[in-house]
Amino acid sequence: MPEKFDVIVVGAGPAGTACALTCAKSDLNVLLIERGEYPGAKNVMGGVLYRKQMEELVPEFWKEAPLERPVIEQRFWMMDKESVVQFGYKGLEWATEPYNNFTVLRAQFDQWFAKKAVDAGALLINETVVTECIVENGKVVGVRTDRPDGEVYADVVVLADGVNSLLSKQLGFHKEFRPDEVALTVMEVINLPKEKINDRFNVEDNQGCTIEIFGDSTKGNLGTAFLYTNKESLNIGVGTTLSSMIKAKIKPYELLDYLKNHPMVKPLIAGGESAEYLAHLIPEGGYRSVPKVAGNGVIIIGDAAQLVNAIHREGSNMAMYSGKLAAETIVQAKSREDYSESSLNSYREALYGSFIMKDLEKYKDAAHTFEKYPQYFNDYVPMMNKAMSKFFTVDGTPKREKQKQIMKSVTAEKGTLRVLQDLYRAWKAVK
Amino acid sequence: MHIVVCVKQVPDTKIIKINPKTNTLDRRSAPAILNPYDAHAVQEAVKIKEKTGGTISVLSMGPPQATAVIKKSIEIGADLGYLISDRAFAGADTLATSYALSKALERISKDLPVDMVICGKHAIDGDTGQVGPGIARRMDIPPITNVIEVSEVNQQEKTVLIKRKLTSGYELIQSELPCLLTVEKEINDIEYSPMPNMIKAARYEPIIWAVSDLENVERTQLGLKGSPTIVGKMFTPPRPEGGIRLEGSADEQVSKLMEVLMEKKDLLTIQSSK
Repeated sequence: MPEKFDVIVVGAGPAGTACALTCAKSDLNVLLIERGEYPGAKNVMGGVLYRKQMEELVPEFWKEAPLERPVIEQRFWMMDKESVVQFGYKGLEWATEPYNNFTVLRAQFDQWFAKKAVDAGALLINETVVTECIVENGKVVGVRTDRPDGEVYADVVVLADGVNSLLSKQLGFHKEFRPDEVALTVMEVINLPKEKINDRFNVEDNQGCTIEIFGDSTKGNLGTAFLYTNKESLNIGVGTTLSSMIKAKIKPYELLDYLKNHPMVKPLIAGGESAEYLAHLIPEGGYRSVPKVAGNGVIIIGDAAQLVNAIHREGSNMAMYSGKLAAETIVQAKSREDYSESSLNSYREALYGSFIMKDLEKYKDAAHTFEKYPQYFNDYVPMMNKAMSKFFTVDGTPKREKQKQIMKSVTAEKGTLRVLQDLYRAWKAVK
Repeated sequence: MHIVVCVKQVPDTKIIKINPKTNTLDRRSAPAILNPYDAHAVQEAVKIKEKTGGTISVLSMGPPQATAVIKKSIEIGADLGYLISDRAFAGADTLATSYALSKALERISKDLPVDMVICGKHAIDGDTGQVGPGIARRMDIPPITNVIEVSEVNQQEKTVLIKRKLTSGYELIQSELPCLLTVEKEINDIEYSPMPNMIKAARYEPIIWAVSDLENVERTQLGLKGSPTIVGKMFTPPRPEGGIRLEGSADEQVSKLMEVLMEKKDLLTIQSSK
C-alpha cells in the first residue's frame, strides 16, 4: 500500500524548500522530492539572494547559511563597444546586519536550505523524477515517480518543478511557453583570489558588488548581463529571451564569450580560472504568463508559476514567498479538511495581494515593449555613450554649445517625435 | 540468513583535486559518496536476501556525517545500519580499522548471529583491499576475495558456492558459512531503488556506537595508536613526456607515421626477431 502524506512538494529549490519548511514547522507530514543528486545540483541563478523573504523563513540566516558576500554596491552599466556609462549606489549600511542582499552559490545554499526543512521534519528524497500527477475524479491525489513502486499519495501536491513545469502543463494549466516568455541565461563561475577581487571591485573581505550590464553585453538584444562577486570567485553571465536569440541567430555561449572578451569586462576577470559552466531557462513572461496557480489538490509556486521580476532581477525571493503563502494555505485547508480548488484558492488570493503579483503587474508590458522596440538597447545605449563622451571631452567648446550639439545629434538621428514617443512608451511600460 | 555489509564513505576520486603543494587529496573538492564497490556489496546482499530471506545490516566506521552512506545502503535495500563513530577511531589504518569493525561485528552478532559478511573489493580512496580479509582473520572465518558471482547459498548445509575472478580465468569454490566475501563491480548492476526504500531511508536513523558501546576493546589497537602504517611520501606521478603528435590530414598523418616507422626500423626488427 503506497504511503500517503499531508503534502508532497515536487522540487527542492527555493520555492519548494520554503513550502516544505513552513509545512513541516506546522507539523504537517511532508515529502519533498528532488530530481538532482542533491538540492542545488541542478539549480542556476545569477547569484543574488534577498534578505527579507529568506529572513521570514529562517531568522538571522546570515549567521549560519553558506553565503558568499553581502552586496554593498550595485552598479548599472550602459555599455557600448568601447565605453560604458555607469551609475550605481554603494552604501556601508548594507555591510552590516541585517544586510540587504547577498551573493550565493546555489549548489551550497540550496543544500543548506533543504537541510533546514529536513531538520523541521520534512522527508527529502533526491535523485527521483516525478513523471506525472495522479489524478482521480478530477482531483490531484498524488504523484508517480520514475522509481519502481513509485506512487505516493498526498492531500495536496505542490508543484515547484521549475520554469518548464511539465507537471502543471500535464494538468493543462498552461501550454508550452513561447520563446518570448523565457530567457536563456548562460553563466560561468570564475575562480579568482580574494585579494584580486577586493582590489578590482574596491571592496573589503565581507563586502560584495554586483554589476548589471545593458546594451552591447547582449549585442543590443533584449536581455542583460551580470557580474557578481563571490568570496573567491566571480559569477559572470548573460541572458536574452529565446525569441531574440532565434531572431538574431546568436548562440548563448558565443554571447558569453563576447562578454568575457569585452574591453570593459576583460580586465575584471583576467587571470581567473573557469570553475563551472551553467545554463538555464528563466521565466520572464511576467504577469501575463502566470498560469492557473491552484486546482483541486494542487498548488503551483516559484518558477513553475513563472514568478520572476526580470526588471529587478528578483526571482528566488518570490519563489520563497510563494512557497510560504502556499504552505499557509495548506495549513488552513488541513484544519477544515478541504483541499478543493475553492479552498486552495486562498493561495491565489494571497499571491495576488502580495508584492509578487503587484510588482509583476507593474511591469506587465515592460518585456513586451522592449522586445518589440529594440531601439532602447540598440540605439539609445550607444547614443548615451556618445553624449557622455562628447560632454566630458575637453576640447574648448562651451558646455551650452555641447548640450545643443548632443540634443541635435539625438533628434537628427531619430526625429524629435520618435524620441518623445520612445520616452513615453518606456515610461508607460515601467510606471 | 543475516548478512552484514561493511561500507565506507569516500571522496569521489573521479573529480577530486590534488593539492600540488602538499600532494594530499583536497577532500573539500569532491563530494563524499558510498564507495562504489560497497554499493555492489549491498546490492549483492539484497539479491541473496531475495532468495533466502533474512536481514541485511550495514556497518561503517567514520565521522557522524558517514551516516549518509548508511542511508544510501538502506535505499539499496538494507534493513539496519550501524555506524561506529568515536574520536578514538580517528587516524586508523587498515589494521586498526579491521580491528574496530570486527569488534562491532561481535556486538552485532550478539543480537543476531552473522552468517555472511560482504565487503567491496577495496575503497577507491586507499585502494588497499586489506580491511575485508583483516576482518575475516579476526573473526576466524574464511575470506573469499574478488567475488564475481554468488552461485548458490545452501542454508541447510550452511555452505555457499562462489565464483572468484583470477588473473587468468575464474575459480569456483565452495565455502562453509559464515564467511566473508569481497566483491568486484561486475558481480551485479545496482538497481534503481524502489520508492518505499527511498522513503524508509529518508526516515532512517542509523544506530551509532562509540568505543564504550563495544565490548573487550583493547584501546591501544584503535585509531592512530593502533596503526603501524607510516606514509613515507605522497606524490603525483609526473605526466609522461616525449612522444610525437601527428597533425594534419589523414594522408599527411599516415605518411608522417610511415616516415617515423622507417626511421625506427631497427627497433622493430629486434622485437620481431625475439
